[in-house]
This record gives sequence, structure tokens and C-alpha cells, in this order.
Amino acid sequence: MASTFSRILSSKRSIGILSLVGAGSLTTGFFLNREYVSAGSLVKRQYPASAEYPDLRKHNNCMASHLTPALYAKMCNKSTPNGFTLDEAIQTGVDNPGHPFIKTVGMVAGDEESYEVFADLFDPVIKERHNGYDPKARTHPTDLDARKIRGGQFDERYVLSSRVRTGRSIRGLSLPPACTRAERREVERVVADALNGLEGELKGQYYSLTQMTEQQQQQLIDDHFLFDKPVSPLLTCAGMARDWPDARGIWHNNEKTFLVWINEEDHTRVISMEKGGNMKRVFERFCFGLKEVERLIMEKGWEFMWNERLGYILTCPSNLGTGLRAGVHIKLPRLSKDPRFSKILDNLRLQKRGTGGVDTAAVGSIFDISNLDRLGKSEVELVQTVIDGVNYLIDCEKRLERGQDIRIPPPISQSN
Amino acid sequence: MAKLKIKKLCAEKEYPDLSQHSNHMAKVLTKDMYKTLREHSTPNGFAIDGFMQAGVYNLGHPFIMTVGCVAGDEETYEVFKELLDPVIEDRHGGYKPTDKHKTDLNPEHLKGGDDLDPNYVLSSRVRTGRSIRGFCLPPHCSRGERRGIEKLSIEALSALDGDLKGKYYALKNMTEQEQQQLIDDHFLFDKPVSPLLLASGMARDWPDARGIWHNDNKTFLVWINEEDHLRVISMQKGGNMREVFTRFCTGLTKIESLFKQKGHEFMWNEHLGYVLTCPSNLGTGLRGGVHVKLPNVSKHDKFGEILKRLRLQKRGTGGVDTAAVGGVFDISNADRLGFSEVELVQMVVDGVKLLVEMEKRLEKGQSIDDLMPAQK
Repeated sequence: MASTFSRILSSKRSIGILSLVGAGSLTTGFFLNREYVSAGSLVKRQYPASAEYPDLRKHNNCMASHLTPALYAKMCNKSTPNGFTLDEAIQTGVDNPGHPFIKTVGMVAGDEESYEVFADLFDPVIKERHNGYDPKARTHPTDLDARKIRGGQFDERYVLSSRVRTGRSIRGLSLPPACTRAERREVERVVADALNGLEGELKGQYYSLTQMTEQQQQQLIDDHFLFDKPVSPLLTCAGMARDWPDARGIWHNNEKTFLVWINEEDHTRVISMEKGGNMKRVFERFCFGLKEVERLIMEKGWEFMWNERLGYILTCPSNLGTGLRAGVHIKLPRLSKDPRFSKILDNLRLQKRGTGGVDTAAVGSIFDISNLDRLGKSEVELVQTVIDGVNYLIDCEKRLERGQDIRIPPPISQSN
Repeated sequence: MAKLKIKKLCAEKEYPDLSQHSNHMAKVLTKDMYKTLREHSTPNGFAIDGFMQAGVYNLGHPFIMTVGCVAGDEETYEVFKELLDPVIEDRHGGYKPTDKHKTDLNPEHLKGGDDLDPNYVLSSRVRTGRSIRGFCLPPHCSRGERRGIEKLSIEALSALDGDLKGKYYALKNMTEQEQQQLIDDHFLFDKPVSPLLLASGMARDWPDARGIWHNDNKTFLVWINEEDHLRVISMQKGGNMREVFTRFCTGLTKIESLFKQKGHEFMWNEHLGYVLTCPSNLGTGLRGGVHVKLPNVSKHDKFGEILKRLRLQKRGTGGVDTAAVGGVFDISNADRLGFSEVELVQMVVDGVKLLVEMEKRLEKGQSIDDLMPAQK
């Protein structure tokens, strides 16, 4: 599992482990001799773990729920082969206590090995976040065979648009919280290269954030494709915005139905979408595009981060497994006012958001409806869940239109 | 497993794109310099990428030159000397790598300063910072170190007596009432929002080990673990800068001796004076200033030139990024390094006295040409 990739320099190494590399006294008199050591050497910790343990009493996130002082003491001196430490992994959760009603994850991975080295903390966090999925006991099914989808063409009087997104990480390169500028540039190069090999319906163009023209920028804004420097402290405290906008960019096909973000919150975010209700076609394009990109990077000796336990490896533990969010923008004026709406969504394993994205409210009874789950079920299963669920919601809406009653459906099994 | 080539990441690939940037660090950091400096880190593990992230992430402004790099510990100033020497020279009026900085905290050496006209001078204030030797600075310190600094500082401050006797308010423990009082007194500092501070990692673990100490009279105030280990502020209403400065010196000297009793000293050396997180605050780290009513002088077309010659700078009364309101300006020394504390406060005292005289002349419709100062 360990990467053969090696680096000379440290980026955000914090105080680590063992003995000091390099000689000489460390105290005063530093003008007399150059008191430096080789970058990347490990530095001795001066304080015991108990003095370093964060104050999490006011916190409500998954990391804070599971990081006991004993666990911290056990892991605080460990680091991944790339030098990523526990303190770096949890910084975002320490800096952002969370909200009493919304429980954030509170930790990130700096590289693929983070999930192994800090498994004692990641595993319970993953279990809590993903409905009891135990990485030590389970295997995650990956299935990108779109032919298995049944149905998937929604009534367009209700469904305005359909979309599927996921992320992919390039094995051997550190993730956004920990990558150096050179690694980030390498991600950009590898992915943009592969995308330029796409053809037919997928043929497109890359727009680097540092080099785009005013005109291109405006076009991307009008298309709602442009992403901006992260402002959310959940992301900035994790170090993901460093060196912005270096090596960040957007690629999309000429049809504007297949879009890839490079080096935002993950190495890549891959999005397939179109107006209307043809979720099946959106998913077909999604699967085909992903497999093509994978084929193209493999030709050059690269691959995606993936393993049997956790599926596709991404920066945030909430996106492990499929990393997939499949959803629609849908008009549900009557159903959304019915007091049973939330329960219906719950039982269908769906979630609602406003059409501006995760933190927005619905406008004009138009909702963003998507799958709740990410890990433990395959892509095909999750998209089928969305298709079946959305059809059910449309049926409810039609019934209410006709003055008929609706039923709360039985809950779909979600146990992991 | 894919066949990955073992990559030696060369400096060219890591060198930041500084083409859009306008800060001191970006002006100075060549590829060759980056190549050399990235091989080293301080004994505490602070290396070049942490050092310069503030200046990479923040382009700067074409009119305001920010520094663009921060120190993670005292040794930063030695390890990254090659880059910091030209930055310091540029930022601190030509201060050379061989120059020596004078420290003078004897308030007896100040001439006058107790008679600034309170009809014009509304308040007087002197601030500086101090770092505790042996601890990493805010961009790089661990939680344990930060708590250690807080603990030591509380111990030292609690030994102050007389008119310096006071109380500590930890940010994470304060009551609603205490918080409101501190806000009303304009003492409370909040989590930094400036991207310059955030990009350097100074806000990590907020509000752990951060706090405010002030004396009962509310004329002497210390901030702990904000942008520096300690920020020390002496202030009061009116124009008696002499009293403010005397309290400042007395307080600082007392605090220093209390730290020494516990086996700690402040970071200081002959060349750079007091060592603080931002290179712009080296030397004295001192900003001494007044809030002063100058509605007429400020409209004079030579106002900028006058300030420049007096080695003073103007700000709005809300602080560094604000505009003046009602003709009231914050006037303070422009320099930090290469002049002693006494010299800098003397410049403020003499300069403000002159500005008030000019204001009075202009009120009466008289000329101020004969009052124009020479360049200090």
C-alpha cells in the first residue's frame, strides 16, 4: 500500500517524532553558527501528548466524538510516509467546533496512507458517518456498469435537470491538504493530459484558473461552472486553499455535459449533467467518461486511489466509497408542504437541498434531491435508489394534484 | 500498482508563481534563492513553504506593500537571512545587515510629551510586542507551546502591583458579561479574519490559550497569543503621552524581570532588536500614536509631505485599514527598526505638537509655510 514515491522536502511538517537530524546546540548563540537542519528532518516533541491534546469540549463533529486523550497520545507521534501528521489531519475539526444540529466530519486525509496510519481514528469516524460501515469487516462494491440501470427517464414537467458527481484521486500524489506545489501541478498535468485524449461527445478544453481570459471567465460564470477560492473555514483550515490559484482549473466538453474540476477540494471532481430528466443518459456518460479517463491515465503509468475496504479514496471521509452524489432539480410544490415530506425522503435514503447547493434554501418549490449514502453501496445501487425515489416523489406530487392521498414508503434497508 | 517513477521534485517544479504578486517576499525570492533555502529548515522544523505561504496566497496590493513572509521561531531570521536581509532593508528604510539596533526604554530620556493640547489630542497610546525565547511563534507553535506561553504570561502578569495590578480573561472561559465589558472598552480581540494572518497559520486552534489581560484602571493591556506571543499596550484619554510612555516602559521592564525570575527572556538581539512574528515589527515593534483632530491640516495639500518629513503615518481611528471620521486621525510613527523606543516616541510627541500648532494657525486663516519641517 505504501507508495514508492519519495520526496525531499517538507511542506507543512509539524513537530513530529524522534531524534534530531543534524548537530549542534539549539539554544542561544545562533548567530555564531548556522543553526539549521535539512528540511524534512523530524523534530523532537517538547511537550507530552496530554499538553498537546486539543480542547474539544465545545465541539460537535465526528472527530471530536472519537478522539480521546488516549487515542491522541497513541497516534500523535505517527506520520504517514509523506510526513502528514495527526495534528494536520484534525486541524479543521479543532478550528471548527461545528453546529449543534449539523455534524461535520472534522478531519481530512493528506494522502492515501492517512487512512491506514490513522485508522484508529478514521475507522470509528467512518463508521459513524456511513451508517455503521466497518472498514475492518466490510468490502465496498464498485459498479460503474450503467446498463444495469432500470428506468431513469423522469417526467420533465417536474424534473428540470439531472446530475451525477464524484471525485477521483491520483495514486502516489498527496491530497489537497498536504500536497506541495509541485505535486499539485503534477496532478493538473496528468489529468489535463488525459482529458485532452477524450473524443467524440466528450471532446473538450481545459481552462486553468491562472491563465483564463476575462471572456473565458465570464463564460464559465454564466454556465455556472466556475469555482472560486474556498471561503469555507472547513476547507481553509485544512490547508486546501494554499497557493491559490496555482494548478487549479476547470475542464469541460464542448457540449457542456461533462465537467472536471482540478485541485479544488479533491484532485478531481467529475460531473455529468444535463437539463431535463434523462438520468440514465447522464449516468451512462458519467461511467463512460470516468472509465475513459482511467484508461488514459493508466496508459501513462498512473492510477486512481482505490481499495477494497474504502472504495475510491478522497480527501474527506464523507466522500469515501463511491464519492457519488446523484441528484435532480425537481418541482414539488405540494409534496414539499406536506408534513410527511421529510419522513418520505428519509425512508427513500434521499436528502433535500436548495438549488444553490448544500447550504441553500429551496426557491419556488424547486429542490435538489439526491442520495444520502456514499459508502457500502455501489454507484449503480445508489443511482437506482435516486431513480426509484424520485419517481416515487413525482407520483406523490401527482396524487396530491388529483386530491389523492399519499403514503410514506417503507424504509429502504440502510444497515451496513 | 502503477509503475510510478520515483520523482525527485526539483526546485523549478516547486517554485511558486509570483508573477501577479506585489509584496516584499515576492520581490526578492528568485528561483535560485528558493532552491537554496528550501533545503533547510529551522531546528523546530519550520521550512520555506510555511514561511512564505502568506505571500504566495495573498497577492498584495499595488499601493500597499505587505511583507509576505512570517517567522515561525527565532531561528527563522537566521535560516532565511538571505531572503530576509533585503526584505528588511526595503521595509525598514535601508536598514543594513550590519546595522545595530538601539533599545532604549528609559522614559526619563523623553523630552516633554506631557502637554499635548487635549482640545485636539483625544487619546494617546503606545503598543509593542514581545516574544518568549525558546518557544515557537504563532505561525508554528503547537498547542502545548501556546498553552505554555499563556501560563507563563499569566504568572508574570499576576505579579504586577500598584496601578498595574490587573486580571486575565481567557478567550474560551469568559462570561457573557465579561465579554460585553471588554467589547465596550474596545479591548476584545477576535479571531483573525485577515487572509494575511490566516494563511500563516496563526489562527489555528482558536480560541485555545488566547486571552486578554488588563489592569484595573484599563490603561495597560496585554494580548496573549494573537499575532504575537504578547502585545503590550499602554493608553489613556487626552494628550499626556509622557505618562503613557512611562507606564509602558515601567510595565514592560517589570514584566521582563518577572519572566527572567522564571528563567525566561524575551527574544532580542543586537541586530534586529525585539524579534516578532512579522518582519515589519522588528526592532522596537513600537507604534506610538494619538487620536488627534486635524480637520484643516488634513485638507492642506502638503499634509502628506509634512507627515513624511516628520516620519509619521496617518490612519483612520478604526485602525490600519480605516478612513478618518470627522477630521480625527490616528497619527503614529512610521518606523520600527533602526530607532530606539525613546527616539520614536519623541518623533510622535514633537511631530504631533507641530501638527496641532499648524491646525491652530489654519483655523485662524494664517499660513503655515514657516512651520514646514525639514526631513527627519
